[in-house]
Amino acid sequence: MADENKIKVTIDGKSVEVDPGTTILDAARQVGGDVVPPAMCYYSSLEGSGGKCRTCLVQVTKGSERDPRPMPKLVPSCSTAVMDGMEVSNKTSDRVLEARKGVVELLLINHPLDCPVCDQAGECHLQDLAFEHGVSQSRYDFKRREFDKVDIGEYIKLHMTRCILCYRCVYTANQLTENREHGVLKRGDAAEIGTFIEKNLKNDFIGNVIDVCPVGALTDKTFRFRSRVWYTKPMDAHRNCEKCSGKSVLWMVGDEVTRVTARKDEYGEVKEFICNDCRFDSKDVSKWTIEGPRKIKRHSVISANHYSKEIPKHTTLLNKA
Amino acid sequence: MSRKLLLENAHIEGINTYDVYRKNGGYRSVEKALKSMSPDDILEEVKKSGLRGRGGAGFPTGMKWSFLAKPDGVPRHLVCNADESEPGTFKDRYLMEKIPHLLIEGMIVSSFALGANQSYIYIRGEYMYVLQILEKAIKEAYDNGWLGKNIQGSGFDFDLAVTPGAGAYICGEETALIESLEGNRGNPRMKPPFPAVKGLWQRPTVVNNVETIAAVVPIVNDGGDEYAKIGIGRSTGTKLISASGNINKPGVYEIDLGLSVEEFIYGDDYCGGIKNGKKLKACVPGGSSVPILPHYLVCKTAEGNDRLMTYESLSEGGFETGSMLGSGGFIVYDEDQCIVRNTWNFARFYHHESCGQCSPCREGTGWMKKVLHNLEHGKGKQEDIDLLWDIQSKIEGNTICPLGDAAAWPVAAAIRHFREEFEWHVKEPSLSQEKNYGLVTEKQFETETA
Ligand SMILES: Cc1cc2nc3c(=O)[nH]c(=O)nc-3n(C[C@H](O)[C@H](O)[C@H](O)COP(=O)(O)O)c2cc1C
Ligand code: SF4
Ligand code: SF4
Ligand code: FES
Repeated sequence: MADENKIKVTIDGKSVEVDPGTTILDAARQVGGDVVPPAMCYYSSLEGSGGKCRTCLVQVTKGSERDPRPMPKLVPSCSTAVMDGMEVSNKTSDRVLEARKGVVELLLINHPLDCPVCDQAGECHLQDLAFEHGVSQSRYDFKRREFDKVDIGEYIKLHMTRCILCYRCVYTANQLTENREHGVLKRGDAAEIGTFIEKNLKNDFIGNVIDVCPVGALTDKTFRFRSRVWYTKPMDAHRNCEKCSGKSVLWMVGDEVTRVTARKDEYGEVKEFICNDCRFDSKDVSKWTIEGPRKIKRHSVISANHYSKEIPKHTTLLNKA
Repeated sequence: MSRKLLLENAHIEGINTYDVYRKNGGYRSVEKALKSMSPDDILEEVKKSGLRGRGGAGFPTGMKWSFLAKPDGVPRHLVCNADESEPGTFKDRYLMEKIPHLLIEGMIVSSFALGANQSYIYIRGEYMYVLQILEKAIKEAYDNGWLGKNIQGSGFDFDLAVTPGAGAYICGEETALIESLEGNRGNPRMKPPFPAVKGLWQRPTVVNNVETIAAVVPIVNDGGDEYAKIGIGRSTGTKLISASGNINKPGVYEIDLGLSVEEFIYGDDYCGGIKNGKKLKACVPGGSSVPILPHYLVCKTAEGNDRLMTYESLSEGGFETGSMLGSGGFIVYDEDQCIVRNTWNFARFYHHESCGQCSPCREGTGWMKKVLHNLEHGKGKQEDIDLLWDIQSKIEGNTICPLGDAAAWPVAAAIRHFREEFEWHVKEPSLSQEKNYGLVTEKQFETETA
């Protein structure tokens, strides 16, 4: 029976009833599977996020029951609210697929494509996106944008060259920490994440910028180059923590905790942020209660096991660097 | 010769001072409005006038004002957009420099109509000397009781402040402007919510161009019907045009909407024809963002109608064969000008001015600039032309704010109408470098109408 307060939206022919105010993207996530547009900047728990990367563009073929006119432009599904009777095309629209291909190509023109030496490889949303929607050859034959690597405090490395300016870390820093120390400097393709100016970010929760970063621009210095993610085994674990829920994922090699992260859902989103103590200073396995292996659903690279088990030579070299 | 509603007194000695401005009928509209009109009366006159926004988009001002939300107990604001940074556009500067009190007068009546007690003028940072002129004029207005508490004994309190930007074109986009005014980075906001509902400090806000606000003064003085008598159809009143390029008399002109483009370019009262007896090659009629027109589509439309200086006529034929009135930045190119170079120059601007928030504009503008640089410098390939077309098509319509479109349209129009010239740069790389200008063929001028 239809709930009076729910409204109906149809995405790629699949209908779902959702609460008023729900975005098209969230409605699609309630359907699940293929109809879910990729999202590189939206992050449901971060207020103000979304609308920037344009990977989630969809076509609204029917505005609503009351005003059935289609929307002339493609709209960002992450920041467009559904209307009752709305009909949306995602994968079924050639226009959407073409625009998305364009966005992916544009996101990649200045990306260093240094996946073989990037810590994020294997759990990178840009890698996934390029794999699913991209074109195999780049038409960009100019020098790519480059930035110097910067240390943000003791634990975090910023490798701005890889950044896609999704602003997630900016919202995280603004919303989880007290002082506005982290933001965007300059504009256009010269824009960069700055920490006003290279000030160390000390807040207890600042480590979460690593988890929200969809690419390898913000990485955990206590983990960098220690191992490729796909050689590590993710385990759900928790500990008693005064500052946060303590619910984390331990990335294990044998008995060694190489890295601690928060738990992400299938869309790569953290629902419970963890504190720096859990993330950076609890690498001793005896500090944790292990719950069991974590299933990683989304990331094609990890789950599909695309890589061989042999450790490539350059990884070893980098360990020394 | 067109009527002058805004610039009529601009040439009077000392008109930038309060005393001279007042002696010449200044602040009459405020007296009239505060004494004998309600805010709704003013709104009614503005609606009747048919006035459309002079900042570029041409949105009907009366309609914009009527969308302003009016929740109880929440202050509302009028923000004047004086960021004027579109290449080719310099009309607002002229108005503010010559007759600053006209803008202040317009701000008072418009704010009264909107129920705003505190309004702002956001001026581009490069106009520092104009800021000083405005500040001086605002002080005079305070000293003479036109600003502040209980204006002219009417009970209406109104404060006005002017704030400079820091040199960003994007801060002319209304939501970026609001962010900047709040002291934040000037990134455009996503719409909805629109400023009319949640603008400055999340309060209902109207953002209007300098010229739009100034035009409210004659509308209140003489009535909306009187204003609407000027012009044709939905293009009413007068319009300031900044004319530049290869013409005999560049400058700011106040024209009656409906004037023919031919008369504007060749008439002695206006641009006075192409400089040095050269031929017209192309025209960008509304600022760098609007499509460029080849000479055969400047004075006549594709249908063979006379092209007029109106919103409708300039856009006749859509983007295939038309353009837009835009902000009134009218740029004229003679036969010696290179379209590829011009397109590259515009592309440099948009690349430099993109805020970088959304990926198609951030990355696409830089890519187009680089490809155009190669083409202009004799290093282009044939495929580059199609590549450019493809990049602009991936930006257009897919961004947060219209800067993405503004970057894409000039590239698209240049390729659409001047493809041959792009190809010539590829085929004759050394020749194209030798000659500082682009392709001139007889064929190009065969259809010359002017
Ligand atoms: C990138 C960009 C730059 C703009 N710059 C200006 C400007 O300098 N002055 C202006 O009045 N409007 C500018 N606009 C248009 C404004 O967003 C807004 O539409 C206008 O100020 C509304 O005023 P109006 O209704 O009186 O035209 C710009 C828009 C964009 C997208
Ligand atoms: S550093 Fe990462 S999280 Fe921050 S803006 Fe760049 S890509 Fe996004
Ligand atoms: S279109 Fe360009 S200027 Fe506008 S929000 Fe996007 S990146 Fe910024
Ligand atoms: S996820 Fe919607 S625009 Fe980035």
